[in-house]
Amino acid sequence: MTGKIKSITNPKLSLQILTPEEIQRLHTVSLDIIETTGIRFPSKRALDLWEAHGAQVDRSTSIVKVPGQIIEDALKLAPPKYDLAARKPEQDLPLDGNHVFLGTDGCGVEVLDINTGKRRMSTWQDVADIARVADALEEIAFHWVAVSAQDLPPKTRGLNELRAIWENSTKHAQTESIYKEWEARVAVEMAITIAGGRDALRKRPVLSIMQCTAPPLGQDGGSVDAALIGAEAGLPVGFMTMAACLTTAPATLAGTLAVGNAEVISATALIQLAFPGAPVFYAAAQTASDLRTGAYTGGGPEDFLFGAAQNKLSDFYNIPLSMGSFATGAKEPNWHAGVENSLSTFMASLVMSDMLLGVGLLHGSRIWSYSQMLMDCEIFSIIQKVMEGIVVDDETLALDVIRNVGPGGNFLSQKHTLKHMREIFIPQFMDRRPYNVWEEKHDDGCDWALEKARKILNTHQPEPLDPAVAAELKIIIASAESEL
Amino acid sequence: MQSEDLFKEMAQSITDGEAEKAAELAKQAVAQGIDPLEAINKGFVAGVNYVGDQFSCGNMFLPELVMAGEAMKAAVAVLEPELTKRGTERKMLGKVVLCTVEGDIHEIGKTLVGTMLSATGFQVYDMGVDVPVMKVVEKAREVSADIIAMSALLTTTMVHQKDVIEALEDVGMRAKVKVMVGGAPVTQEWVKQIGADGYSEDAIGAARVAKQLLGV
Repeated sequence: MTGKIKSITNPKLSLQILTPEEIQRLHTVSLDIIETTGIRFPSKRALDLWEAHGAQVDRSTSIVKVPGQIIEDALKLAPPKYDLAARKPEQDLPLDGNHVFLGTDGCGVEVLDINTGKRRMSTWQDVADIARVADALEEIAFHWVAVSAQDLPPKTRGLNELRAIWENSTKHAQTESIYKEWEARVAVEMAITIAGGRDALRKRPVLSIMQCTAPPLGQDGGSVDAALIGAEAGLPVGFMTMAACLTTAPATLAGTLAVGNAEVISATALIQLAFPGAPVFYAAAQTASDLRTGAYTGGGPEDFLFGAAQNKLSDFYNIPLSMGSFATGAKEPNWHAGVENSLSTFMASLVMSDMLLGVGLLHGSRIWSYSQMLMDCEIFSIIQKVMEGIVVDDETLALDVIRNVGPGGNFLSQKHTLKHMREIFIPQFMDRRPYNVWEEKHDDGCDWALEKARKILNTHQPEPLDPAVAAELKIIIASAESEL
Repeated sequence: MQSEDLFKEMAQSITDGEAEKAAELAKQAVAQGIDPLEAINKGFVAGVNYVGDQFSCGNMFLPELVMAGEAMKAAVAVLEPELTKRGTERKMLGKVVLCTVEGDIHEIGKTLVGTMLSATGFQVYDMGVDVPVMKVVEKAREVSADIIAMSALLTTTMVHQKDVIEALEDVGMRAKVKVMVGGAPVTQEWVKQIGADGYSEDAIGAARVAKQLLGV
């Protein structure tokens, strides 16, 4: 547990999923949507900004229609590369197009209890425990608020969730659970305390903020206001579309991409108009609604295709992407979860999505499972290995060794074997034991994953926050609670 | 056209989800002096039932159900003035006040539940999104609602489902109205905790629960 972070980098694999012409077409259609149909921005500050920059604003519907040129010019102001800072600088995450980093999923409402296995409502302690386990896992590079601290008052819940993460991990925190202006102000105060000052935070943003759009073609006013507060303080902010085929978007994949893209680029452009050059990221987790229930599925071939297509679009805008992968619709860690999480993450990784969301949740991001968390990490490790591809050179072709062994020999006692054997993947949660060993115990990867999580929770001591900083965070939240 | 043939066409317009066609056929029925209640029950409802059956056995899907529901609504809208004129009314299963709670703008699930409830035969009063607690209670009183159905997508707004139940208790209405809750973060445990009467994870289930709650 050295605090090392594993990422996918220098990949040998790649994927052609959309041609440049198709991407251009998606962009053109998105601009058409923004300019002629319009996007709803129910925020006075946003509407004022749009009006000041030449958009057509309808105050009664909060719908803005923005000429494409304004959107395109604004998006060009966004920085293509920047770092997400961690409490520990060696855990900073360069969003440079050559790294894929993994986070936890969020924001669930129930937890499969680590001791009893029973499903129950999530609490603040769960947020803290999950952050602590994530702190110890090298596959996990950053946090989302994994579950909701439902034992705390709603007013300051999102702030206390952030405190739980910072008290239990040195890694970067990206919150998806701050969606009101005043809440964002307080969160920025907390981040300033962690970073050691307003300028220090701007240089090293230990917090980033993710907001959801309100598909189809809308924003949540509180979310937009909160994002503006974050951007003003120099925190990377991103807007996530969860447009879903059939319900909040057309039944077709291209149409769904266009709707979601219009939502995200309009909000991102607004941030650039307000604070030119502010670090922003694109976020997406499109899916197809279930044909029978209309419910969010969180999986299936449509998800996998969206996962791969999305980074091509955000690359077109030259901004980093936070992509929803994992997040299976399965009810427990099982075949369904394995298929969905492997394929969605593989597809999103092939195109080098900068951030992947995220490990640990079941049933469409509702139920936390420590087993799933650890097994998701293994999926990521497998994909990381696959992405390295096959190296072909003198050393790996090993012609001399092959000559030495010759027909009928074996390679076990070769020095070349000793030198390279550890490049072969060793799974933690796959059962490769002899059949009779399994037959005796009847245990499997789920059990081992849970055991590992328990062990981490019992033994891992994260680097604590400076007690003065920890106390200050509590004071900031308490004073926010009493002011409101 | 013979009324039997007209009824068949009415049912077909619902099955096809053709709202305009359904309204057109309803107008034709009025012009021919056909009893509007018969037009609904022998014509349009037959279509709704067919779609429901096909859905149950997996041959039709949610969008077809929604379009059938909308076609039904269009037909009933045409026939309603005629019903009033004749001093009759369509027998509904019950009155439902529907909303997304205060502070929450997430609409689609709630609207879908509304469509399913209407198609099933409930009178639905959809109050939209971000509806304050007391507004819900007042509406329920005003229309003598049998059911209040509330949606929430956020754990921070979900608490208002509890607030509405408490407000109903405060004004002495709790015993008169059943409360249904829904939305992604809503769980059976939450339903129990706040003392709601019914819950469903999807819209079709919601219509089933509403019928169970009223014993219809």
